[in-house]
Amino acid sequence: MAKDIIFGLYNDEEHLMAAVDKANEAGLDIWNVYTPFPVHGLDPKLGLSESRLHIAGFVFGMMGTLTAFLGMTWIFTRDWPIIFGGKPYWSVPAFIPITFELTVLFASIGMVVVFYTVCGLGPGVTNPVLDDRITDDKFCLAFDANGLSDSELDKYRDFLNGTRHIAEVHLKSI
Amino acid sequence: MSAVVAKVRKPLIEGYKTYHDITEDICSPTEKVPNIWWIVGMVASLSLLAFGGFCLLYTIWFGIGTWNLNRTIGWGWDITNFVWWIGIGHAGTLISAILLLFRQKWRTGVNRAAEAMTIFAVICAAMFPGIHTGRPWFDWFMFPYPNTRGPLWVNFNSPLLWDLFAISTYFTVSLLFWYTGLVPDLATLRDRSTGMRKKIYNFFSFGWTGAAKHWQRWESLSLILAGLATPLVLSVHTIVSFDFATSVIPGWHTTIFPPYFVAGAIFSGFAMVLTLMLITRKVLKLEEYITLEHIESMNKIILLTGTIVGVAYLTELFIAWYSGYVYEQFAFYNRALGPYWWSYFAMMSCNVLSPQFFWFKKIRRSIVWTFVLSIVVNIGMWFERFVIIATTLARDYLPSSWSYYSPTWVEVGVYILTFGLFMTLFLIFCRVAPVIAVAEVKSILKSSGDQYVGPNAKEHHHDDHHQDETIAAKVDDVAEDTTYSSSSGVSAETDTQTETEEVVVAPPSAKDDLKKVEGIGPKIEGLLNDAGIYTWRQLANTKVEFIKEVLDKAGPRYRIHDPGTWPKQAEMAADGLWDELKKWQDELDGGK
Repeated sequence: MAKDIIFGLYNDEEHLMAAVDKANEAGLDIWNVYTPFPVHGLDPKLGLSESRLHIAGFVFGMMGTLTAFLGMTWIFTRDWPIIFGGKPYWSVPAFIPITFELTVLFASIGMVVVFYTVCGLGPGVTNPVLDDRITDDKFCLAFDANGLSDSELDKYRDFLNGTRHIAEVHLKSI
Repeated sequence: MSAVVAKVRKPLIEGYKTYHDITEDICSPTEKVPNIWWIVGMVASLSLLAFGGFCLLYTIWFGIGTWNLNRTIGWGWDITNFVWWIGIGHAGTLISAILLLFRQKWRTGVNRAAEAMTIFAVICAAMFPGIHTGRPWFDWFMFPYPNTRGPLWVNFNSPLLWDLFAISTYFTVSLLFWYTGLVPDLATLRDRSTGMRKKIYNFFSFGWTGAAKHWQRWESLSLILAGLATPLVLSVHTIVSFDFATSVIPGWHTTIFPPYFVAGAIFSGFAMVLTLMLITRKVLKLEEYITLEHIESMNKIILLTGTIVGVAYLTELFIAWYSGYVYEQFAFYNRALGPYWWSYFAMMSCNVLSPQFFWFKKIRRSIVWTFVLSIVVNIGMWFERFVIIATTLARDYLPSSWSYYSPTWVEVGVYILTFGLFMTLFLIFCRVAPVIAVAEVKSILKSSGDQYVGPNAKEHHHDDHHQDETIAAKVDDVAEDTTYSSSSGVSAETDTQTETEEVVVAPPSAKDDLKKVEGIGPKIEGLLNDAGIYTWRQLANTKVEFIKEVLDKAGPRYRIHDPGTWPKQAEMAADGLWDELKKWQDELDGGK
């Protein structure tokens, strides 16, 4: 289903930030903001809450810790107990390196998978690109223009054209 | 509102780059026909790869009997090469993870290539334990899996198995970290390309759009992965050192090994990064992104870690003597003065003495010195591993089994294979992906670009002018003799709201007498100078609102002044229209 987006392009992140401020003052609902690199200070202006990826990292890391430690414990005390070098079956200090490695491995893989899943990204995924220069040097402020009347659309267009240092304004169906 | 940067910071991006310049400079090498040096390099590495590949097949076909290992010396070039490569593989994660946590901006210039290098080095390293087993087709026995032999499990108490876990984890995490950083840059390549190329980059860029929320998660992910990779990178060489330290062989059984191996790994890794980056920046013309600042920073790390390694060598000798343990004493006596004295000598001179040259700033900032020393360091680090492994084994507890070992051509060939593989992979990488993290370099432009910081910086009144104005300023010859001034204090607060032109800061030597303007006294002149305005011409180009801001900031005493006519008066003064100015000033009342 096609969706109409009206967006303005800026040449500098500070122009974009000023425009975002202005849009907030005007009470406009920003649909999305696209930038070529992470712009610091933008998140609070857009009302984005802090990322919760670290929770995923912790949970997956704990899974790794438990998998490694309980796995080795089970194998060496229940499944097939063997004495190596006169050590007890349950030789905890010797389990530490592998436990650590699996903690890091699980946390990393888990977090990366969660990251791509929640962002809707992945091998071969094609997302609509508003403008090819957004990954180069353009900073994009986009509003949802779906089903807007001409006068409503003009309101957004006038707003964008009225922001300082606006470079281009486009309407695009994605 | 560019970032607040201490004035002692040196620029890390040179050439007054705009965002688009950065994209263009870094991406274009992947879009053009490779130049002659790339082709020469590729032919050379493929030749090495072909010869090495033959030696590898020869080893697998006839068994490791084709190597010169014997009853006494069971680990020779194979494990030496393994430890050497895995050590080299430490710099990438160090640069990307530890330097990220320490907020070192110079990492952005080299992290991408260093991480790629890490991955390729780990591939080269991992090959050696694989073929050293003798029957590599059974290598999967090393992994713990429920099997039909009982199930009989692998020995989780063995450092060799810890090593397997450490290296597999390290490889996986480095790959994830590297690729996640690469995705936004692959999207840049995608958006620049057409046709088949676009389809391919579209597949590999995962549908990246650059949405604000995605960037936020991306940064969060990078930071946490860095936090995880930091202890990981330290653990990997620690565990490699456990392969030796947990044994009871004199010369191996030492508690100093983990920190000493980690320092050595970083030492050799940075040396390899430098060797590669010095060539890459030259061939791909990226000198403005991998600057002398980057090189000097890395040389400082080489000096630090090289000195740690040197201290470790001397500590080992001291402890061998101090312990009073004759076997330990003999092991070190044998290393230094036994049949392999030459490798000990090479190790000491290359690793302990050569980095000490980097105490001199001139040498740290010299490309030729850096290049030569970076190679010397890696030769030294190879000998270190050879000294630890082969010379220690050659003289064991039983003199009747003492032996000597030198490699066959097959062993040498397998080592050559790793060079061929490493260089081939790196050259392919240079062709298909940006060798510098494009997005990350853009994100430090405002705080590290040479138009913003350093001796050639143009003081920006505020940053709300277009980039094309910045380009225009490049050719502005007035700007050439600008110097640093203290105007940023005022301008930082006045930005975005006031509509002012860029004030070109002249050095105080080119100062005009601003008091010629009616309404300006010595105090106000001082205020204007503080704001970066020294000449009539500058004042003429300054907006009235800006002057008002300056006066308002200075306090109520100055607020009563009306600067409405000052720029106009200054323009007349600058144009030398003294008569007109005089006439006009007579009409004016106190500059109003």
